[in-house]
Amino acid sequence: MAKITYLQHDGTEHVIDVKSGLTVMEGAVKNNIPGIDADCGGACACATCHVYVDPAWLAKTGTKSSMEESMLDFAENVEENSRLSCQIKVTDELDGLTVTLPESQH
Amino acid sequence: MSNASPHVLIVGAGHAGGTAAALLRQYGHEGPITMIGDEPIAPYQRPPLSKAWLKGEADADSLALRPLEFYGQNNIDFRPNVSVTSLNRGAKAAALSDGSTIGYDVLILATGARAIALPIEGADLAGILFLRTAADAEALKAQVGPGKKLAVVGGGYIGLEVAASGRALGADVIVLERESRILARVACEPLSDFFTDYHQKHGVVFDLGASVSGFEGKDGHVTGVKLADGRTIACDSVVVGVGAHPNDELAKDAGLECARGVVVDLDARSVTDPDVFAIGDVAHRPMPIYDRMFRMESVPNALEQAKQAASAITGRARPTGECPWQWSDQFDIKLQIAGYAFDVDEILLRGDPGSAKFAIFHLKGDQVQSVEAINSPPEFMMGKSLILNRKPINKAKLADPSVSMKEVAA
Repeated sequence: MAKITYLQHDGTEHVIDVKSGLTVMEGAVKNNIPGIDADCGGACACATCHVYVDPAWLAKTGTKSSMEESMLDFAENVEENSRLSCQIKVTDELDGLTVTLPESQH
Repeated sequence: MSNASPHVLIVGAGHAGGTAAALLRQYGHEGPITMIGDEPIAPYQRPPLSKAWLKGEADADSLALRPLEFYGQNNIDFRPNVSVTSLNRGAKAAALSDGSTIGYDVLILATGARAIALPIEGADLAGILFLRTAADAEALKAQVGPGKKLAVVGGGYIGLEVAASGRALGADVIVLERESRILARVACEPLSDFFTDYHQKHGVVFDLGASVSGFEGKDGHVTGVKLADGRTIACDSVVVGVGAHPNDELAKDAGLECARGVVVDLDARSVTDPDVFAIGDVAHRPMPIYDRMFRMESVPNALEQAKQAASAITGRARPTGECPWQWSDQFDIKLQIAGYAFDVDEILLRGDPGSAKFAIFHLKGDQVQSVEAINSPPEFMMGKSLILNRKPINKAKLADPSVSMKEVAA
């Protein structure tokens, strides 16, 4: 279990307990947090679960696969700390993580 | 819709219906929402059923779109195990299979599609399965394992995904396809050839031009598939994946215009009744970038139409910029398809199919209509935006994989 803060683009904050084993994307979708579309449900096929990871947490969220890297390369408003949240598995280690959501997923 | 907080009745608790319910709340809808589903469980993802779930890599929790508690917490009256048997549009009421009646102000039909069954001898034998629901997948999972013989009838995407998952689970897999190539209805020849080779390398056997005439069984369980040429293919189980039929009977019986699907406008609203919407696999809908109407069976379509209907009901602006897309996972191949190959006059190959990393662009003049990208996210992502913005492309650059997709689209 990890407490994850999802910060919407407009500043609205959602703090959610996400079960270990789920992904950061699933934590958002299952709680109906606006701003993460996740059209493909976590297959790394759509790049609509883009988030900005708090830079202090980047190392703990793991490295990007080449597929993720490649999908992100063509998403909009990508930054150094951009990730596809369906590719970040939640562990106890991620307790306290904050991710910020982009204005749009297109 | 004079009522400011109308009661929205959603018929169907699949990907489309479940998403519409959640989006209505997300968009601030305050009126009652009732969602009727004929399956025992809350809305879930169907795509993993033939892929990760079948291989045991996903559990029921991850399959669920949202946890069951979500619906109660959000004041969504979700009623499983019950279906709507008829509609009375005049009285704005629906009759349910449990004998009750429920009224509505706004109706969303999200009844989906059902797998087409083969009307042939032995089709009711045990071990002949479809793959549409979680229950179907559960039954299939119990049948497939090391040394088991699995026959797949139909070489479409579902059939191929099942074949790949079956091989991963150690089963012997044969795919029986009526046409002379797999994916005949949905993909171009180079893509069919690629998948044929790739599956064969992973031990899948194909029998093409095979006309299935019946099933043989013993003690009520299937033991073989009979072909029109007299052969019988021995098997322990069968998956039939020969397409789906929209569940539009309810709408038809209620006098709503249908054309293999409920005919709707750009808001997913029925062209017959402004208080009725139809979304997902059951809708026959306009797609402006191709200037035509058709029915799609894909998750992105279900989600987009859920957004359209929820937006229209809550008075939000209609979502824009839609490029239809879909994906398929087979072995370690990720296929991403953007658009549909309508009115195509040229097929352009980018990359080498031998490397399992290439893309096929379908062109109309110098515009991209569709792209099939194999392990090629840049081609898919850029292809999607090229389809949407209708920008003419330089074919020589597009055909040259050493020119980046960003440069092609520049």
